[in-house]
Amino acid sequence: MKILMAILARDLRLALRQGADSIMVVAFFIVTTTLFPFGVGPEANILARIASGVIWVSALLAAMLSLERVFQTDFEDGTLELLSLSPVPLELVVLGKVLAHWLTTGLPLIIAAPLMAVMLNMNSAGFGTLMLAMLVGTPALSLIGAIGAALILGARRGGVLVSVLVLPLYIPVLIFGAGAVEAALLGLPAGEHIQIMGAILLLTLALAPFAAARALRLAVE
Amino acid sequence: MVCVAWMTVFTGSDLTCRRGERLVFADLAFEAHPGDALMLRGRNGAGKSSLLRLMAGLSEPLTGSICWKNQNIRHDLPAHRARLQYLGHQDAVKPVLTVRDNLRLWASLRDVDNSDAAIDYALNALGILHLAKTSGRFLSSGQKRRTALARILIGECDLWLLDEPTVGLDRESCADLARIIDDFRARGGIVVYSTHIDLDVGSPRSVDLDEFAMPMFDWLAQDHDFDDGDENDDETGTTAKSRSPAHDFSGIA
Repeated sequence: MKILMAILARDLRLALRQGADSIMVVAFFIVTTTLFPFGVGPEANILARIASGVIWVSALLAAMLSLERVFQTDFEDGTLELLSLSPVPLELVVLGKVLAHWLTTGLPLIIAAPLMAVMLNMNSAGFGTLMLAMLVGTPALSLIGAIGAALILGARRGGVLVSVLVLPLYIPVLIFGAGAVEAALLGLPAGEHIQIMGAILLLTLALAPFAAARALRLAVE
Repeated sequence: MVCVAWMTVFTGSDLTCRRGERLVFADLAFEAHPGDALMLRGRNGAGKSSLLRLMAGLSEPLTGSICWKNQNIRHDLPAHRARLQYLGHQDAVKPVLTVRDNLRLWASLRDVDNSDAAIDYALNALGILHLAKTSGRFLSSGQKRRTALARILIGECDLWLLDEPTVGLDRESCADLARIIDDFRARGGIVVYSTHIDLDVGSPRSVDLDEFAMPMFDWLAQDHDFDDGDENDDETGTTAKSRSPAHDFSGIA
């Protein structure tokens, strides 16, 4: 626990000092979402119909944008080598870094999401479910993304590679995340969708740190 | 896997290292007692860094084993990591963090009580206490190297693996480093280091890696048994047979 906090504290401090990263993610999210009314046309009904899907897709892309940097800088300056040589389990280090990634990218996205929902004329009945679904879904995005981010270390054009690796794995979160909001908008219970997302989160929480740590060991070998 | 020499602490035998398709060194052996300094020499590419990485457990040797108190380090890597400090080519100094904050992470990962005092001691030993509040980006390359060296002083350990510790250091810092190494040895620590300049360390044993260079072809011509312990003898026998081209052809016909 102490180790987790130490990694988390350091990564948060790094993120704060070079703050641009997490502002970029939110800015990207807002810009992408704003593009849709221009593309689809400003008709309020159509926008309201596609709002939940648009917000989720933009959130996936925004979360992915920042993935490349989760381990890359540590890999380049030798920190990763030392972390893998420290007596603490690398899985715990991964978990700390994922948590920091979520706090600096996932959390701002959750806060920005209702604003985008208002812009897309979503019925206010869906706001609560949207935020709840994102609260459960975005940590899973960070966890799955960590595997991709660890696998691309040392590869050229890693940013493109990570999207090809990770985006297909994001599909379940997208389906049930958008599904939950749709259900809430139609006045149906969204509980099942959220529960399945919870199951996805637990599964990734159990597997992703091990997979990512293994990939990191291969990268520093 | 049997390791010889009961009285020595840190030993390696039959070590062969491969990088890509090149054999870096073959049949290398070393041994070190508490208080020893092992100096690795050799031309560029002779495998000094590779050997240090093998010793750290970062990579696996093609053949042979490295043992600590007669126990193969690969059988219990977490225990081995806890007893060693490694200094690589890179300094791992974050430009946006101060020197103290840079070191704080390593102190907490090694579970050092009173980490501030430990960091102060390390900074003082390297003569960079006045830089404690300076951001990494304002450090010169020598100061970054000294910050990286301060890291190895934090926390108790038995083994230092230093890959070219003198790069970027001025003459005074080299003398500081030699003194720190001798202090560590006096406490029973083992130091393995590679260097191109003469570091003023008392009576180091020298390992010349050029002596162990071998072309891949010559090495393959020798008879090797890969005693990884993973494969049974009869199993290797059958796989060797089924892999032979003659066998494949008869299968197709």
